[in-house]
Amino acid sequence: MGKNKKEVLSLVACIVFYAIVQGLIMLDVIGPFWELNLVLICINIILAVSLNLINGFTGQFSIGHAGFMAVGAYLGAVLTVKLHLPFIIAILGGAAAAGFLGFVIGLPTLRLDGDYLAIATLGLGEIIRITILNIPYVGGASGFMGIPRYSNFTWVFFATVVTVFFIRNLINSTHGRACISIRENQIAAEAMGIDTTKYKVMAFTIGAAFAGIAGTLFSHYFYIAHPASFTFMKSFDILTIVVLGGLGSISGSITAAILLTFVSAALASYPEWRMIIYSLMLIVLMLYRPQGLFGNKEISLKIFGRLMGGNKRGNTQGN
Amino acid sequence: MDFSFTQQFIQQLINGISLGSIYALIALGYTMVYGIIKLINFAHGDIYMVGAYVAFFATTLFKLSFFPALIVSMVVAAILGMTIERLAYRPLRKAPKIAILITAIGVSLLLEYGGMLLVSPQPRTFPTLFEPHVFTFGNIVVNSQQVVILAISVVLMLILTYVVQRTKIGKAMRAVSFDTDAAKLMGIDVDRVISITFAIGSALAAAAGMLVGVYYNSIDPLMGIMPGLKAFVAAVLGGIGVIPGAMLGGIIMGIIEAMVSGFISSTFRDAAAFAILIIILLFKPSGLLGKNVREKV
Repeated sequence: MGKNKKEVLSLVACIVFYAIVQGLIMLDVIGPFWELNLVLICINIILAVSLNLINGFTGQFSIGHAGFMAVGAYLGAVLTVKLHLPFIIAILGGAAAAGFLGFVIGLPTLRLDGDYLAIATLGLGEIIRITILNIPYVGGASGFMGIPRYSNFTWVFFATVVTVFFIRNLINSTHGRACISIRENQIAAEAMGIDTTKYKVMAFTIGAAFAGIAGTLFSHYFYIAHPASFTFMKSFDILTIVVLGGLGSISGSITAAILLTFVSAALASYPEWRMIIYSLMLIVLMLYRPQGLFGNKEISLKIFGRLMGGNKRGNTQGN
Repeated sequence: MDFSFTQQFIQQLINGISLGSIYALIALGYTMVYGIIKLINFAHGDIYMVGAYVAFFATTLFKLSFFPALIVSMVVAAILGMTIERLAYRPLRKAPKIAILITAIGVSLLLEYGGMLLVSPQPRTFPTLFEPHVFTFGNIVVNSQQVVILAISVVLMLILTYVVQRTKIGKAMRAVSFDTDAAKLMGIDVDRVISITFAIGSALAAAAGMLVGVYYNSIDPLMGIMPGLKAFVAAVLGGIGVIPGAMLGGIIMGIIEAMVSGFISSTFRDAAAFAILIIILLFKPSGLLGKNVREKV
C-alpha cells in the first residue's frame, strides 16, 4: 500500500515538473537553446539508464550502445518518412527493431565475458553502423535527411519517465534481482538455479530496445540520422555518463547525464577539451572513486526527489 | 578473365601481406600485455599514432633520416608506454577488471584528443624518406615501401623472438605470464617485467606507426583507432597471449582486409575485421594457435 502511494506521488511530481517546464517553454522563458539541452538531457538519461541495466546491474560490459541507438534512429525515420506512420508507431517500431537485434546479437555474444564481450559489442556497434552506411535506401554515407521534427520536450520527457520507471521496477522485481545476482557472482547465481544466459540476454534486449527509443527520438528532433552520429565515440559518451554516475545507480546515471550534457554544451566550441575532460574524468574516477559518484546507491533526499521530478527512489533495499 | 582474377588476387595478396605485417607489429604489443596482466590496452593503438608523429617531427624538424627517426620514435613510445603503465594501470593492479578497462579507454581518449590539441586535428603529409621505387613483375606491382615494411617487420619480430626466448628478461616475461605469483616467489621483480613488456610493445607499435606514415604518406591524431582495434582482432585471431599467434593473426587480417577491399568493397573493410572477431570468439575463443584453458571456480 505504502509503495503504491509513493509510486503515485513520484508520478504526480513528474507531471508537476513537466507542467512547469513546458509552461516555461511556452512562455519563452526557456529559449530554443535550453530546450535543446533539456531534450538532450532526457535522451542521454534514456541511453544511460538503459546501458546501466546492462553494464551496471547485470555486470555485462557492453560498449556498443550507439549501434542500437542508430537502429532506432533509422528504423523510426523509415516508418515516419517512407511509410507515413504515426510517430508513436515509429518509437515502438524503433524499440522493437533495436530490441530484436539486441536479442539476436546477445544470444551468442553474451557467452563471452569481460574484455571479450566489450570488444565484441564495440565491433557489433561498428558493424551496424557500417551496414547502415552501405544502404542507399536510408541515405548511405550522407545520412537520412528530411526527417520531420516530431520529437519535442513532451515526447522526450515522458519517454524518459517511462524508461526510468520501467527499469527501476524491473530492477526491484525477481528478474532484476536475478540480474544483480549475475553481476555479484555468476557462478553462485548459477548454483542458485538462475538461468544466467536468459537473464543476460533479457537485460541486453531491454537495454537495446530503450536505446532504440532514444535513437528514434533523437533523429526526429534533429531532422537527420547520420552514420557519423553513432560511432563508438557516442558509445563511450554514454559509458562515461554511466561510469560517472555509478555502475548500478539509476539516480547516478540521471545526475551524470544532466551534468555531462551541460558540460558538453558549455564546451561545444572546444570539442577537443570536452573529450580531454571526459577522458581525464574516466581515469581519475577509476583511480580514486571507481564506484562513481553514487556507487550503487540511489538518492533518497525528498527535496532532491521533488526537484528532479521524483524519479529517484530511496535506497530501500539496502544494497 | 580468369587470368586477370589471378593477377588481382596476387596483387591483393602482396598488399595484404605488407598491411598485415603492420597489424602484426601492433598485435604483438596487445598480446604481450594481455599475456602478462590480462588487460586489453585500448591505448595501444594511440601509442602507434604517437610513434608516427614522433617520426614525423624527427624527420621534418630535426631532419633525421629513416633509421635514426625509427629509433627515436621507438624510444619515445617505449617511455610513453612505461609512463602510462606506471601512472594509470599500476595503481589498479588489484582493482576489478572493468575498472582497468575503463581506465584504458580513458587513456586512449586522452592520447587522441590531447594529440589533437597539441598537433592540430589536420592530417599531415609524411615526408618521403627514400626514393620510391616500383618493381613490376608482369602486371603485378610491388613498391619499395612495401619491401621496407616487410623487411623491418621481419627484423623486429626476429629480435623480439630472440629477446623473449633467449634472454634473461624474456625468460622472466614468460614466467610472469605463466604464473605471476609463482614468478614473484622465485624472486622476479614483476613490476619491472611488466614495465619492460609495455616498453617493448609500445616500441613495436611506434615502428608500425612510422611504417604506416611512410606507406600512406598521411598521419592524423585519430589514425590509431581502427588499426588498434584491428590489431586487437588479429591478436585474438592468432590466440591472445601467444607471440607467434599475433604475427600469424596480423598477416591473415591484412590479407583478408586487402581481399575484401579488392573484391567486394572498401567500405566493408572495417566490418570484415569485426566479423572475424565475432566468428573467432564464438567458435574458437582461444584463437588459432592458442591453448584451451578451462575456467576454474
